[in-house]
Amino acid sequence: MRGLLALLTATTCCVSAASATTVYPLDRATILARSPFDMKVEFDAVVKPDEVTVTVNGKPAEDVLGQDVEFVEKEEGLKDGVEASAVLIRGASIATPGSYTVQAKAGGETKSVTWNVYGTPAAPKAKNIIFFLGDGLSVAHRTAARIMSKGMTEGKANGRLNMDDLDHMAFIGTSSTGAIATDSANTMSAYMTGHKSAVNALGVYADRTKPSQDDPKVETIGEALRRTGGKSVGVVSTAELEDATPAAVVSHTRLRGDKADIVGMFYDVKPEILLGGGSAYFLPQATNGSKRKDDKDYIQMFRDAGYTLATDKSELEQANGTNSGKILGLFHTGNMDVTLDRDFLHKGTVDKFPNQPGLVQMTQVALDQLSKDEDGFFLMVEGASIDKMSHPMDWDRAEFETIEFDKAVGLGMDFAKTHPDTLIVVTGDHTHGVSLIGTVDDEKPGEEMREKVGTYAEAGFPNYEDKDGDGYPDRVDVTRRLAMFANNYPDYYETFRPKMDGPFEPAVKGADGTYVANEQYKDVPGAVLRTGNLPKSADSAVHAVDDVVLQATGPGSEEFKGYMEQSDVYKVLADVFALAPATN
Amino acid sequence: MLTNAVSRRRLLQGGLAGLVGLTLMPVRRAHAETSLTFDELYGKISVLGLTFSDKVKGLDGQPVAMKGFMAPPLKAESNFFVLTEIPMALCPFCSTDADWPDNIVVIYLDDARTFEQANALIEVEGRLEVGSWRDPETGFLSRLRIVDASFGAA
Repeated sequence: MRGLLALLTATTCCVSAASATTVYPLDRATILARSPFDMKVEFDAVVKPDEVTVTVNGKPAEDVLGQDVEFVEKEEGLKDGVEASAVLIRGASIATPGSYTVQAKAGGETKSVTWNVYGTPAAPKAKNIIFFLGDGLSVAHRTAARIMSKGMTEGKANGRLNMDDLDHMAFIGTSSTGAIATDSANTMSAYMTGHKSAVNALGVYADRTKPSQDDPKVETIGEALRRTGGKSVGVVSTAELEDATPAAVVSHTRLRGDKADIVGMFYDVKPEILLGGGSAYFLPQATNGSKRKDDKDYIQMFRDAGYTLATDKSELEQANGTNSGKILGLFHTGNMDVTLDRDFLHKGTVDKFPNQPGLVQMTQVALDQLSKDEDGFFLMVEGASIDKMSHPMDWDRAEFETIEFDKAVGLGMDFAKTHPDTLIVVTGDHTHGVSLIGTVDDEKPGEEMREKVGTYAEAGFPNYEDKDGDGYPDRVDVTRRLAMFANNYPDYYETFRPKMDGPFEPAVKGADGTYVANEQYKDVPGAVLRTGNLPKSADSAVHAVDDVVLQATGPGSEEFKGYMEQSDVYKVLADVFALAPATN
Repeated sequence: MLTNAVSRRRLLQGGLAGLVGLTLMPVRRAHAETSLTFDELYGKISVLGLTFSDKVKGLDGQPVAMKGFMAPPLKAESNFFVLTEIPMALCPFCSTDADWPDNIVVIYLDDARTFEQANALIEVEGRLEVGSWRDPETGFLSRLRIVDASFGAA
């Protein structure tokens, strides 16, 4: 009896191991007709070439996919001690929309996946798309931005955010191929390619080999627009341009950290407008401040390719007046400073880079330039530091970033009034575990700061003022301010106050490599130690798995509704631009 | 001077061992080191690169003292570490996604040391070296270093 049980277990084990053969693109992948992609089959073990067959809808894969099949008997770069075979087809494409079932057989084992290849209407619905991406933009950010920026009386908002007036909306699922949780690389990549991927991956399916740039590629929107027509492409971000979100418009790598290579990927696609931070990866290694490990001078290379260079606000204004049609704007060696530091507190690195433009000015210049293209344009605008300030739980900075992002959205909506053939999409790429729960009122009685947190009826309304009418509170350190908290955190000192001396850094790495509360905030009056609920390896608060709210207006925006996977959003963009009309 | 440096280092190591690394002994200011701050490193900071200040250029090869924080080391025992202006949450070498600040100074000690936590302000003394140099062991390129260094609580 015992022998029989053991045998059954062994059989089950082997069946399950054999079914671990993986085919990329994965089952249920959605693929734009005629877009190039790589197909890869990863077998569990070493198999012989004459044992392997790969078919698509029953026909040899090379016939359907239009490229030769490469068989790799023993893949390199696998985990130590693992040997296995793979089949690769690079640069495949399928012209006719429909359902395609891939069968990969090796000996007695079969793995089957089905792809949905989609076409688009013959005629474009709009000439331009402006894709506004608030990194980490969650519902709490919007609510708090509305209250901070517009105020509230007797429970009704005193004004509306620009994004409050977008017509259509959808809930977006952001999960990655390997986990319910997610990061900005695979989330933006799903928007920009129509394929979901793994955490840290851009424009590729994450395969099992170690090298980061051999993974099966899918087409980015930047490449699709170059392939299909003459539209201009713009990328605007307050982060480093090599950061995951802007990079996703053009990049292919398993590791978003390949920033030096990502600059090269921008150079390959050459978006007409590139505005953001991250010059350190454009500079050759011999230059102080460079983060490259080679001698390539991308500043010079972009100049040679006809780009006008702008390194601060005034140069950006001047560049806007030139007729080159191509602007490379690099305003910081790293991530640009946030609005609260740039325009109000003059903290962060504003003393070193005192003349940085904001997201609104960058968006305006991008629209001025790109709208000159008679073929239309695709512009991606990222409010990057909503996320970058939400990780360290610096809610005041995150809120000012949200307000700035909304102002940029307003520019886009104004542009659409005079250019109605423009689709505007406003969305986050993932959410944060943050909520607005009331106010912190310094005037409330009590010794401890927690006694000054007003909830329910005691919350009242905050006393921010906007006397100059710029849409930002004149001061963030008012006596009755918004109480926002993260539901996940490392060990840190909660101060219940805005961080007036620079962006919050809640935790620092301790002796054994785990993160400990940053002692710098220990002596802030009222500060209390919050013991983390995240693993001690976490340096800051993490992304939430909660759905993102996407909003849109303009031609094609009616396609956004209900619940959609992040990868479904790309199909709407492809439809609006008619990237794959029927050919016969 | 050499004797002093050695005895100071021994004192430091003794202090570290005896106090389980919780308290660093202050460096005794015995020589004519010129103190240097992070704000004084660069004369011109721009998007197109940073230029060392005249003060830094003038101190090339001279003894200096600098205060800062020890960035999380590459490995527990090493003969070098990175000094940063503010406490760093990320090891500058370990993560591909790590963004370390522009104004770092690489500190080379005389011998390998087991490092302690990054949360405390330290003072480093040693000889300033200006100019690109690639560490043959790690391949790490530095442009500003303090060599023959010792450190203690600031």
